[in-house]
Amino acid sequence: MSRVSARSAQKLAMVCIWGAGVITVFTVLSIIGYVLVRGLPHISWSLLTTLPKGGLSGEGGISSSIVTTFYLIAFTMVILVPLGIGAAIYLAEYAPDNKLTRLIRYGVETLAGVPSIVFGLFGFALFVTALHFRFSILAGALTLVCLLLPTLIRTSEEALRTVPRSHREAALALGATKWQTIWRVILPAAIPGIVTGGILCMGRAVGETACLYVTMGGSAAMPTSLLSGGRTLSMSLFYLATDTNAIEKAMAVGVVLIITIIVINAITNWFSQRFRARMAGGA
Amino acid sequence: MKSRYLIDRSSKVLVLVCASASFVILLAIAIFTLKEALPAFRQVGLLHFLFGTEWSPRNNEFGILPMIVGSIVVTAGALIIAVPLGIACAILLAEVAPVRVRQFLRPAVELLVGIPSVVYGLVGMVLVVPLIRHIGGSGYSVAAGVIVLTGMVLPTIISISEDSIRAVPKSYKEGALALGATHWQTIWRVLVPAARSGIIASIVLAVGRAIGEAMAMIMVLGNAPVIPTSILGPARTLAGSIAAEVNYAGGVHQSALFATAVVLFLMIMIINSVALIVLRRGGRVQSIC
Amino acid sequence: MDAKMETRQLGFYYGKRQALRNVSLKVPDNQITAFIGPSGCGKSTFLRILNRMNDTIPGVRLEGEVLLDGQNIYGPCVDVVEVRKRVGMVFQQPNPFPKSIFDNVAFGPRVLGMDRNVSLSDVVEKSLRAAALWDEVKDVMGKSGLALSGGQQQRLCIARALATEPEVLLMDEPCSALDPQSTLRIEELMDELKERYTIVIVTHNLQQAGRVSDWTGFLLLGELVEYGKTSELFSRPRDKRTEDYITGRFG
Repeated sequence: MSRVSARSAQKLAMVCIWGAGVITVFTVLSIIGYVLVRGLPHISWSLLTTLPKGGLSGEGGISSSIVTTFYLIAFTMVILVPLGIGAAIYLAEYAPDNKLTRLIRYGVETLAGVPSIVFGLFGFALFVTALHFRFSILAGALTLVCLLLPTLIRTSEEALRTVPRSHREAALALGATKWQTIWRVILPAAIPGIVTGGILCMGRAVGETACLYVTMGGSAAMPTSLLSGGRTLSMSLFYLATDTNAIEKAMAVGVVLIITIIVINAITNWFSQRFRARMAGGA
Repeated sequence: MKSRYLIDRSSKVLVLVCASASFVILLAIAIFTLKEALPAFRQVGLLHFLFGTEWSPRNNEFGILPMIVGSIVVTAGALIIAVPLGIACAILLAEVAPVRVRQFLRPAVELLVGIPSVVYGLVGMVLVVPLIRHIGGSGYSVAAGVIVLTGMVLPTIISISEDSIRAVPKSYKEGALALGATHWQTIWRVLVPAARSGIIASIVLAVGRAIGEAMAMIMVLGNAPVIPTSILGPARTLAGSIAAEVNYAGGVHQSALFATAVVLFLMIMIINSVALIVLRRGGRVQSIC
Repeated sequence: MDAKMETRQLGFYYGKRQALRNVSLKVPDNQITAFIGPSGCGKSTFLRILNRMNDTIPGVRLEGEVLLDGQNIYGPCVDVVEVRKRVGMVFQQPNPFPKSIFDNVAFGPRVLGMDRNVSLSDVVEKSLRAAALWDEVKDVMGKSGLALSGGQQQRLCIARALATEPEVLLMDEPCSALDPQSTLRIEELMDELKERYTIVIVTHNLQQAGRVSDWTGFLLLGELVEYGKTSELFSRPRDKRTEDYITGRFG
């Protein structure tokens, strides 16, 4: 290829690349911007603190959704975190190179590819129906645990593997047992990375709709216990958009969701930077 | 300190149990879904279920071909737009854009990856559908679905592809430039091929997300269980079909929805396996997810 | 001599590859014994055998006996954790934990359950004094171990190893990652420590071996070519291979 045509090919390519960039930026800004512009004016203290009253015009606020979302995420994390970290510890520190390990990894990878609605159906069949939890925060939380488990396992395992080998050796040489090494040295060193993964999971949970849509029932009432049904913020958005004509309220909920994600992203970034700095100082 | 050894041994068992949870859950999903789906398969027959073109629970008709086609069309449409656009943006961010631009764009892309799908659906409903209505039809259409899905998968493709391009060893780039290649030639002939497995992984992830998307598709596709004949016509996806009807379906109808889930899951497995083969042939195997 | 540790016909295999061949020697009590030899001769492997660290590598095999105070540490009923308490190790790259200075030194006593009988702060202070680090860190015990300089980190690792009250201290090229000044301080430290501990070091620095050690062993391709008092081995080596190595004919 001659120098001249190579240069003009490059010019053309760069134009296309920048064009793609502009289109994407435009899309980014319009999606987020549109929701913010239309929704922000409708965010008010009363929106956040009154109960939804239902009806075609979507009267009321979203207080019950906020509370439901909070309880749902809290309960999900309480089960998810020990389970996920335990599995990650096994995979990073104990797992030998055998069939069982391969089976476990196959399970984790395949589970990660199952769509949310399928988890929802499973949750519906098992938790809602077979175990008689009925439409409830409990059923939703257990379903979310199944959905998020592969993600937490993967991020936690990565965090554990970043801890340098030399720490394990030093601890063993001092007479620690394997579990003591894990519990006192490796896990503490990997905490920032694990927390980052946990926060990521919380972010995903906040945005999840499909699997909760079929396990939580969608009741607009304030939840009284884990066995109460309810609707999360993202479910509210869906109901407001499709069952009522209160588009402005739906936009407002969208704003709440977007702000939540922004905050979560910021916290995650801060944590992972701290994690990298800590590890960089190590041997 | 004998308790030390007891703790050591029992903790190994404990974490093994935790690790097995994933496989157990997967097995449980498979068992439950199949069990619930069996009545439908038995009553309707596998072939009639897969290739029947009429889905009308009231008339006891359960053919999911319209939904299969709907899922494929919408996903394919989104990919056709999102893949070139996404790779181009990834190249932009990784190699071409000045640092300031990247510092601003990259967090924006990451933010988009986390935006819930219902928000995309909402914007689709309120912005895209009316726009398409101007062109023709009711607005609730394949076109709207494609646009919304493109918006959803684009950030994923961009962020993962950009990471992959950045991860290519500097020595490759320097070697190419030292041989007299232009920047673009280096990008297109060296960096992108070297980042191939990561880019393909991002596409597979995007496909998974697109095919599995339920709520946003309900909001913009119109949900008519017919084989889409035009871009401006309505359609329905497998996932959307399940979500739309499961709350009030009973008996065979409910079983048919579970059967739909089985088909959906199988489709995703097939796509993942194909991707794994493509990756392996490229010489590097990487985890899909 | 009083042998603190002894190996008898020691052989060691990584899978099929034999790394050590028929090594028999006695490590004298309260002295510094150095092992020298070219890269790959098996000196680090040998050192790691003395505190059973090689147990962590899959596929290895050991022949012969390794005695600590006359008892085989590879015997059937031996508690490996007990062995590692009595035989401590300092590594080539300083590797303090990402914890505070105090927690680094207190780690050993805590996991071994020693903190039930003695005060941790006493043990920590004692160990840091023994490692000649106390005066420099006594006011900043809460600071991260990683915030110290390279030489200080290595002395911290020494203090950490000493906190378990070992009888033997193994040091794997302890100064190779340090600057000359820190090296000098640690060599001085070794001289003080040998009064209370038995020290075994591995080094590729011949001058260092000559400076600090009382006894020296020369390993070549997994074999113990020569072993004896440092002064004699360096001035009147009995084996030609030893002489060639010491005079730099190969490295």
